[in-house]
Amino acid sequence: MMAHSLFFYLFSTIAVFSAIMVTISRNTVYSVFFLILVFVSISTLFIMIGAEFLGMIMLIVYVGAVAVLFLFVVMMLNVAQQKKQWFSSIESSKHIPIGVLISVIIFFELIVVIGGWKFKPDVDSSMSLSYNIEISNTHSIGNILYTDYIHLFQLSGMILLVAMIGAIVLTFRKRSGLKRQSYFSQITRERSDSVKLMDVTSNKGVELDD
Amino acid sequence: MIDIGLGHYLTLGAIIFSIGIAGIFLNRKNIIVILMSIELILLAVNINLVSFSIFLNDITGQIFTLFILTVAAAEAAIGLAIIVVYYRNASSIDVEEIQSLKG
Repeated sequence: MMAHSLFFYLFSTIAVFSAIMVTISRNTVYSVFFLILVFVSISTLFIMIGAEFLGMIMLIVYVGAVAVLFLFVVMMLNVAQQKKQWFSSIESSKHIPIGVLISVIIFFELIVVIGGWKFKPDVDSSMSLSYNIEISNTHSIGNILYTDYIHLFQLSGMILLVAMIGAIVLTFRKRSGLKRQSYFSQITRERSDSVKLMDVTSNKGVELDD
Repeated sequence: MIDIGLGHYLTLGAIIFSIGIAGIFLNRKNIIVILMSIELILLAVNINLVSFSIFLNDITGQIFTLFILTVAAAEAAIGLAIIVVYYRNASSIDVEEIQSLKG
């Protein structure tokens, strides 16, 4: 129990610190790196409390795909170095107190909800979905995901497909003045289109009509 | 303090959620950081779902976390594509300069 609490405080402190650094960091590339640190710490916490599959998926999806996508876009757009920090100029820092106030109010509302909340004394999870000690976390997720939630699972696949097509359609552009190979016109070309035999009379030459 | 319970994880989720909200409000320079703040908010929701799932001994929360992960990945891809297209047109992604719809 001691080690659990120690690791919880360590990783959550790192996560909160990195989340703050994501927000206030001057260089956007640093922000992305701190975002990766947040995800790694939180997935460690997930693995620690027994959701190993989600912790690993979190590492793969967020650190392996989403954060790398962010990093790619930041480096491609050449916006890494911000000209001035967000709190430097007077006229653009008027919104800061109101933003801090709103987020602090939201935080205290959440804390009030968490502090004043407790279980009903006879609470019990639905028996068909509860944990089975015999099988692993991944196995039990699979047991439920592919039976009770199969339609939502396939729907999430459709969401990913739509996102992929949407991203391609958004960023695709046809450039003008680009010479490309046209397979169709190459294959359908006939001899009569390109070669003409002419009788050349002497001393007259050939008149080309093009 | 020593005994880590559900409340600790929910508090961590609340802290990260508030930091994400503050990030959206405070940042006026770079729209990519706003997208990252949205990722932080979704992460806080995931923390809540997973900790409820563990402490209530019901695995449904973890499955919904999986779906939220899917939606977050799709949202990040679409958002970054929109940012790339916008940067191509306006050659800037400063939040303060995005005001073409202002009347």
